[in-house]
Amino acid sequence: MELMHYIVLSGILFSIGAATVLLRRNAIIVFMGVELMLNACNLAFVTFARMHGDAQGQVIAFFVMVVAAAEVVVGLAIIVAIFRSRRSASVDDVNLLKN
Amino acid sequence: MYLAQMPSLTSLASAVPAETHGASTDVPASLQAAPLVILLPLLGAALLLLLGRRSDRWGHWLGVLMSAGAFVVGLILFVGLTGLDTGDRVYDMTLFEWIPAGTLDVSAGLRIDPLSVTFVLLVTFVGSLIHIYSIAYMEHDENRRRFFAYLNLFVAAMLVLVMADSYLLLFVGWEGVGLASYLLIGFWYHERANAVAAKKAFVMNRVGDIGLLVAMMLMLATFGSLNFSEVFAQAPEASAGIATAIGLMLLLAACGKSAQFPLQAWLGDAMAGPTPVSALIHAATMVTAGVYLVVRSAPVFESTPTAQLVVVIVGAVTLIFGAIVGSAKDDIKKALAASTMSQIGYMILAAGLGPVGYAFAIFHLVTHGFFKAGMFLGAGSVMHGMDDGVNMRRFGGLSRFMKVTFVTFGLGWLAILGIPPFSGFWSKDKIIEVAFIPVDGQEWRAWVFGLAALIGAGITAFYMSRLFFMTFTGRRRWNDGSGSVSGAGPQDGDVRHPHESPKLMTVPMIILAIGSVALGGILAWGDMFVTWLEPVTGHAEHGEPVLAPWVLIVLTLLLVLAGIALAWRQYTVADVPITPPRGSALTRAARKDLYQDDVNEALVMRPGQYLTRTLVYADKEIVDGSFMGLGAMFSRSASVWRKAQNGYVRTYAATILAGLIVIVAVVLALAS
Repeated sequence: MELMHYIVLSGILFSIGAATVLLRRNAIIVFMGVELMLNACNLAFVTFARMHGDAQGQVIAFFVMVVAAAEVVVGLAIIVAIFRSRRSASVDDVNLLKN
Repeated sequence: MYLAQMPSLTSLASAVPAETHGASTDVPASLQAAPLVILLPLLGAALLLLLGRRSDRWGHWLGVLMSAGAFVVGLILFVGLTGLDTGDRVYDMTLFEWIPAGTLDVSAGLRIDPLSVTFVLLVTFVGSLIHIYSIAYMEHDENRRRFFAYLNLFVAAMLVLVMADSYLLLFVGWEGVGLASYLLIGFWYHERANAVAAKKAFVMNRVGDIGLLVAMMLMLATFGSLNFSEVFAQAPEASAGIATAIGLMLLLAACGKSAQFPLQAWLGDAMAGPTPVSALIHAATMVTAGVYLVVRSAPVFESTPTAQLVVVIVGAVTLIFGAIVGSAKDDIKKALAASTMSQIGYMILAAGLGPVGYAFAIFHLVTHGFFKAGMFLGAGSVMHGMDDGVNMRRFGGLSRFMKVTFVTFGLGWLAILGIPPFSGFWSKDKIIEVAFIPVDGQEWRAWVFGLAALIGAGITAFYMSRLFFMTFTGRRRWNDGSGSVSGAGPQDGDVRHPHESPKLMTVPMIILAIGSVALGGILAWGDMFVTWLEPVTGHAEHGEPVLAPWVLIVLTLLLVLAGIALAWRQYTVADVPITPPRGSALTRAARKDLYQDDVNEALVMRPGQYLTRTLVYADKEIVDGSFMGLGAMFSRSASVWRKAQNGYVRTYAATILAGLIVIVAVVLALAS
């Protein structure tokens, strides 16, 4: 039963992360929200691995970490590139895909 | 489905005794030259068209040579046939595999029998004379070579038509002569009226062609073959409905090609072509193809009395119709065209009467080919001398200026009137006599059709005499430019200097005139022509006409003389007004072809136009409209949805999240 607490925590963390992504404008903060969501998922994976008693969920958690690391590198590079050209880190200023 | 039945049908066919319609395929050596008849003029046409301007100087002579060559080959065939027993004078010569398609196997072949050889001789002989005539007639036309190419093409197509051994190959020739006719009517296409006339002839012929096509489809479905020998062998077993349908469709085809009621309206306009064309195509040969078709399809018609009756009615109506129209026309060529229509009416009438009439239909066709071609060439000669004038009210008294034309035309005139012993007497009187023979003991038919033919002969005498007298006798009604005030003739209008035509034109006219005088008598000698055609038409015992033959001859002659006298009184003794008088209602109607064009326009053209306009409207509004509407709907909805693409990453993220939540909700809902 106590494992259920982790799942709930994971859900809360995910919601906070999603809210951060949707509500904040600073690209760095949005990025942090994404990281938070990824980690919430990781927590869920590990918890489920514990529940089922096998290692699959843990393995996937490692995958997520690796992918997240790569994603951070690429994402930050994009943010820096945008900041250089637009002098702003607000995601609302990047709206060229409109219409 | 019918293909599956074919074996049984063919075995059925072989069980039927061949009778007169069976053809031997073992062609004797004396007839092996047959394909040359077609190939020579075809080669001529191909050479003249391909060489183009390079052959301008000698092209017309090549045309004459090829046509004359075909005539020589025709003579060889004729001699070859006469050298055989009467019993085996019908041959089918297979040329090559044409359409081998599974169980349907069509081969192209020629039928050589007295009927086809008669046509070959007529077409190539008259054709060659007209080729020669055209050398002089078209001398000042810079496109003379093209003219000869088309003439050769016509001769070749006409020969394919008459020599084919199947309806399919016949159809090739049928369309070929239609094409040549179109090209030649519109030869001077730079004038709009000529191009329109050519188109009219072409379109009206298409109506008839549909008849032939449907007939062929019916034959293929019923008999599984289009070969004459197979179709004719099976025709007597066909059910009455099918036979009648085929017969009526063939009649429709004949009506289109032969300008018979109700498809006759194109022939008058076809006179827009050069006069030699009118003589060859629209008098002597092509327009008689319908008669050929009916006579050739005799076994089909013999198994359907209904269709035969319709054939006779069409013939009778047309012969009176043409005669009435001819009596009112002031254009010399159009009057002759109406006369052609009427004379072909006689032939169709005879062809519809069954075995007793076939030979006389063809007999009249041959004599008519001579005298009518001769008269058309005469009319061409008159036009040549009168600077292409065609209005007979502006002719008059020309006999002094063009003696040869006058005499040759006069002989043709006597021939068409049926004055003994000229050609027309032998053929037309026989048709009148045959028309008076009751069919199946129905006397009313004998009286109705016999009287129609008899009265037609009287009207023929009137309109032909009118034409002849208006042109050659009476007061001069053209301006000779002398400015004399002696009152000899009018001083208004274009100045004309009538003169006789050159030898190249008069010699063919003289030869045709000799034919008009003597051919009928020679061929009628001892029933020679009828006996000659017997292998094709079969031997027919004469029934007794309702009036004795000598009474009919006397009656006909009396009517003819009355017609001549009337015309003489009105157009030689009395002055012919230069501006046509208003005339009676009938005259006014006849001048307009008895309102045939108006009837066609009201019954066919306008409804057709309304139909197409409605269809175009429906296509635009309903078909196009629904598709355009569909497109517009997407376009409009897209412009609404486009607003969702606002460029804010947050919105997209929210959309993704919303979608995710929906999916989760659905999964949960389905799982529980």
